[in-house]
Amino acid sequence: MLESVLVANRGEIARRVIRTARRLGIRAVAVYSEADADLPYVREADQAAPIGPAAPAQSYLNAAVIIGAARETGATAVHPGYGFLAENAGFARQVIAAGLTWVGPDPAAIEQMGDKIRARNLMEKAGVPVSPGSHEPVADVAVALAEASRIGYPVMVKAAAGGGGIGMGAAADDTELRAAFETARSRAERFFGSPEILIERYVERARHVEVQILGLADGRVLALGERDCSVQRRHQKVAEETPSPGVSAGLREQMLAAAVRAGEAVGYRGAGTVECLVDAENGSFVFLEMNTRLQVEHPVTELVTGIDLVEQQFRIAAGEPVSFDPATVSPRGHALELRVYAEDPVRFLPRPGTITEWTEPSGEGIRIDAGYQAGNTVTPFYDPLLAKLCVHGEDRGEALARARQAVAGFVVAGPKTNLPFHAELLDSAEFVSGDYDTSLVGRLRPGPGGPA
Amino acid sequence: MAEVRAEMVANVWKVVAAEGDQVDDGDTLVILESMKMEIPVIAEGPGTITSMHVAEGDVVQEGDLIAVID
Repeated sequence: MLESVLVANRGEIARRVIRTARRLGIRAVAVYSEADADLPYVREADQAAPIGPAAPAQSYLNAAVIIGAARETGATAVHPGYGFLAENAGFARQVIAAGLTWVGPDPAAIEQMGDKIRARNLMEKAGVPVSPGSHEPVADVAVALAEASRIGYPVMVKAAAGGGGIGMGAAADDTELRAAFETARSRAERFFGSPEILIERYVERARHVEVQILGLADGRVLALGERDCSVQRRHQKVAEETPSPGVSAGLREQMLAAAVRAGEAVGYRGAGTVECLVDAENGSFVFLEMNTRLQVEHPVTELVTGIDLVEQQFRIAAGEPVSFDPATVSPRGHALELRVYAEDPVRFLPRPGTITEWTEPSGEGIRIDAGYQAGNTVTPFYDPLLAKLCVHGEDRGEALARARQAVAGFVVAGPKTNLPFHAELLDSAEFVSGDYDTSLVGRLRPGPGGPA
Repeated sequence: MAEVRAEMVANVWKVVAAEGDQVDDGDTLVILESMKMEIPVIAEGPGTITSMHVAEGDVVQEGDLIAVID
């Protein structure tokens, strides 16, 4: 097993990775910016190293400083968490070149999946269904218009190197496409450092369903079930559940098999997620993208399978077998994750601030992955995720009931949070029915200022 | 006279309008950035910007004055 690991991240995910590392006797090293010195994950690590100013570019995105911290603390491995440098192939290569163990897939797999156009083409070849779309970067508006008329409206425009829904936009006609293209283009440059744009068919009534895969040290690729991530605002996930109420046993079998082929096509090792869109009208699915890292919403899979995914990441990175028998994985019950964000619950605008009260709910089937506690200040420098409220029940009804209780029992004062939104979501007829799609939040919050 | 104030703690990413500019209802004055999100601050009525109180790179607190429109 690994001797030690530096967690190149912050907040809830750093804390979560550190928890498993310590349980396994792996020395855990945290890194923190000036804004994060007081957060729980820094204190809970065996050792912590400052890595600079609050601005991410100077700290959590600064590969040289992070590798320097690993050297100084004697860490022998690096776990990237999600976001920041997690899907940066250059960083993975630098980690490996420094003689450290990279807790993630081969940098070549990160690169192949990081370019959405290349990934689509590769998946198509591997027999994974993809939607009609561009096979090479869309260079300008003229090409975009031509591609859209070939593919057929409505289309989705996005950054080939992008993620997190940033710069993504749907277009129903030429006028909307011109606007969406310009927006995507400027955001792509600014946030992802690459102007390359992809256009693909937009599925209007879609569910966003993803498959958790695990590439083992011996080369086998496993699929550990799906997660439904259709509750989104601004194309970003707010709540997730497993199993998906919109996926039949037959569809699940097809999706899991396709996800295994996707992983095999890039020789995938470690934890990864194959994201798909399921057409709510006809139950067909297409590949959307692959995330070559641990996913934010991985706890719901852990709750139903009983598998600690971070432990498996460590084992695979160390070249060891996983801790469970792949032949006997059978998910049990239903799990739900609600992302608690520092944002107002009506318009979903950021509301950083100092936390004056923080009381977590507890009880049977409740798991809280939190990045903060009372006295901490939530700053504007990072994403608004405060905590993940996760629940497990014998069936969906029990999970929903436990979630309602847990939401009511979660008290956060200081920054505004979206907890009141979650209470509404859990009581909305559409969500409760299970028959919902990615426009659910838009229906709960119609009008301008909503979750466009 | 209308005072435009920051709704939240944020970094000033872009200053779009300048002192002396004529603006209409809905025009973007500055773009703030907070928690990886761009938040345009808009004029809530027509007028002339008599003063602009922020510059790109500033950090504003909730309630800070951004601009005055007359």
